[in-house]
Amino acid sequence: MSAIQPPAQRIWWKQPLDKVELLWIAIAFTWCLVMFFMMPYWHVYGKQNLSSETYRVKPELFSRAAEEMVAKWKVREETDAKIPVVAPPAGADVYLIARLWDWWPLLELEKGKTYRLHLTSMDYQHGFSLQPENINIQVLPGYEHVVTVTPNRAGTYAIVCNEFCGIGHHKMVSKIYVK
Amino acid sequence: MTNAELFRTCPRTGLQFHKSAETLIKLNAVAAVLALLLGGIIALLITLTRWQAVHLLNAENFYMYLTAHGLDMLVIWIIFFEIAILYFCSSTLLRCRLATPKLAWLAFALMVIGTVTFNATIFTGNATVMMTSYVPLPGHPAFYLGLILFAVGALIGCFVFLGTLVVARAEKTYEGSIPLVTFGALTAGIIAIFTIASGAIILIPTFLWSAGYIKSIDPLMYRTIWWAFGHSSQQINVAAHVAVWYAIAAIVFGAKPMSERVSRTAFVLYILFLQLASAHHLLADPGLSTEWKVFNTSYAMYLAVLASMIHGLTVPGSIEVAQRGKGFTRGLFEWIRKAPWSNPVFSGMFISLIGFGFLGGISGVMMGTEQLNMLIHNTIYVPGHFHATVVIGTTLAFMALTYFLIPTLFNREVILPGLAKWQPYLFGLGMGVFCLAMMGAGTLGVPRRHWDITFAGAALPYEFPGAAWLMLAIVGVSGVVAIIGGAAYILITVGSLLFGKRLDAGAYGHETTVLRMPVDTALTGHGHAGFVAPGTFVFALVFLTAFILYYFVNWKYLSTVWGLS
Repeated sequence: MSAIQPPAQRIWWKQPLDKVELLWIAIAFTWCLVMFFMMPYWHVYGKQNLSSETYRVKPELFSRAAEEMVAKWKVREETDAKIPVVAPPAGADVYLIARLWDWWPLLELEKGKTYRLHLTSMDYQHGFSLQPENINIQVLPGYEHVVTVTPNRAGTYAIVCNEFCGIGHHKMVSKIYVK
Repeated sequence: MTNAELFRTCPRTGLQFHKSAETLIKLNAVAAVLALLLGGIIALLITLTRWQAVHLLNAENFYMYLTAHGLDMLVIWIIFFEIAILYFCSSTLLRCRLATPKLAWLAFALMVIGTVTFNATIFTGNATVMMTSYVPLPGHPAFYLGLILFAVGALIGCFVFLGTLVVARAEKTYEGSIPLVTFGALTAGIIAIFTIASGAIILIPTFLWSAGYIKSIDPLMYRTIWWAFGHSSQQINVAAHVAVWYAIAAIVFGAKPMSERVSRTAFVLYILFLQLASAHHLLADPGLSTEWKVFNTSYAMYLAVLASMIHGLTVPGSIEVAQRGKGFTRGLFEWIRKAPWSNPVFSGMFISLIGFGFLGGISGVMMGTEQLNMLIHNTIYVPGHFHATVVIGTTLAFMALTYFLIPTLFNREVILPGLAKWQPYLFGLGMGVFCLAMMGAGTLGVPRRHWDITFAGAALPYEFPGAAWLMLAIVGVSGVVAIIGGAAYILITVGSLLFGKRLDAGAYGHETTVLRMPVDTALTGHGHAGFVAPGTFVFALVFLTAFILYYFVNWKYLSTVWGLS
């Protein structure tokens, strides 16, 4: 019953290591280093890295920017609630509002084009979850997160909220069209 | 040695119990099991709601129960049990009186009051904020107050533990260094102090905010500090259940650590690299630089992961050495084939080890990788991962230890031995399938903490693929199996305490004996090809292969999604 007894040797820290342990530690440590280097490696060579461009923002200012964008590039309205669909040009700044309990407005993007997607919340914390791609980004009130996105396939995508935000959380879902 | 305090020696194990410590260990363990009962009943309701075809609760109740389930399981059940373990590993293992029993009683009272307070707040519908209570989602002040009271109680418990170590040293109740298991408990205790302090740093201002004394709490600051509490508390669990693995290897097999130096260093790595900021919870957040995220999620070397990989080898390795010493030397695996698989103390511990490593460990490191995190952040993959670490890892290890504590600490025979034999399998394997199915659903994008993936009432609903529904059905079925396993544990534990045959406890007296250093024995002499534990090494390589494959499969998938920069 030795792990629940004192070490058998008073100077236990000088006990030599067994080959099994030494070899495993060397292998495991090498693997740990590989896992670390994958992250900077992907920042240099990979095409999917989350931007860290962030600004402090007041909800009113952000909604004004979103409304101006809608006025400029609205192409149609959808659903009974007449949610505007915005088709911004490539490279444009696109403002997406997260609030209780919807995403506003709807977006129509083009495949292979790049956009600067601005995300913030008007109230509680929300989660931007792009389906079925399964890209997931936290959305915080007071922080404007600018993510550069390049859709690589045409289709209809959904934005699901995946941070609990109250009783209507499950209704907070929207669409992004990619042509 | 003669003492003013009362002690008894267990006639079956030779363990020496201090009377006050014994009472407090029992109380904390019983409180833990009651929390597990409450959390388990709620687990059934939640599981049957997320099983989309059953969809039992309405949205309001679902979120309310989910808040209670998270806290009662992850915090209350586990920390009460950990306090019991801390007292056991100090007072009992070191044959020493518990320092300041009165403060230990105060700790227990505060923890109970705190638990009742925040549960009452949740169940009256005043704090449906989830375990994480992210600001600015508001909860009633009593919710935060309850958590703070519980945390203060737990903190006092940790200091009683440290005090007991000091007493043991001062009164020379043991020779040499403290045992490895106590060292592991000390690791858990040190991490706990840091963790609970972080909790207080963020929960006290949040309490003041909810009571109207502070205007606002920055959500990113909240998340950063809250996770120093939320994640480090999982590191307490890991340190505690690894200590329990070593204890069970020693109790069941008489296994001695392969190397005290390696195992203790690995524990120290937990303290040093427990991820002060627990950055991997913030990888999908705005406002933090890429460099901060990459460095803090790994400290460049993943040394806490290395520590777990070391324990993952040395615990079964020490069992292999002990078994080979008993003559189970044929081939690579006779030692494990001939292990006592029908003894729930062993089977529970071993399933805990395998489940923690293969399911919880691999998925956890994948999630903690800066870019890969985007693929699963806030999906149901996350609870899939932490049910593997905290339920299969920690909870099952504690359950296994319980089967040892019932006759030793409570002096009762375990009732329903036939059921007890199957309980770890029912619970561990049910939970294993449950975790895999949750991870599968998360890979398909199913969000966590979500009442309805049909998005009933939404203007623009999304239709999840049929496979996601299938995964959630598997979550439902395997969840029910695991809950039956959990119910069996509670039935056996409570039943044994109330109705089990009384066993000889040993008389209380003032005489104590000093914990002597054991006779040194050689490690080598029974292995294969110069390896003392060749079978374990093969297991470790299988684990590493699975780890590497899964890790790179995720990078491969990441390379196919939308470009992001």
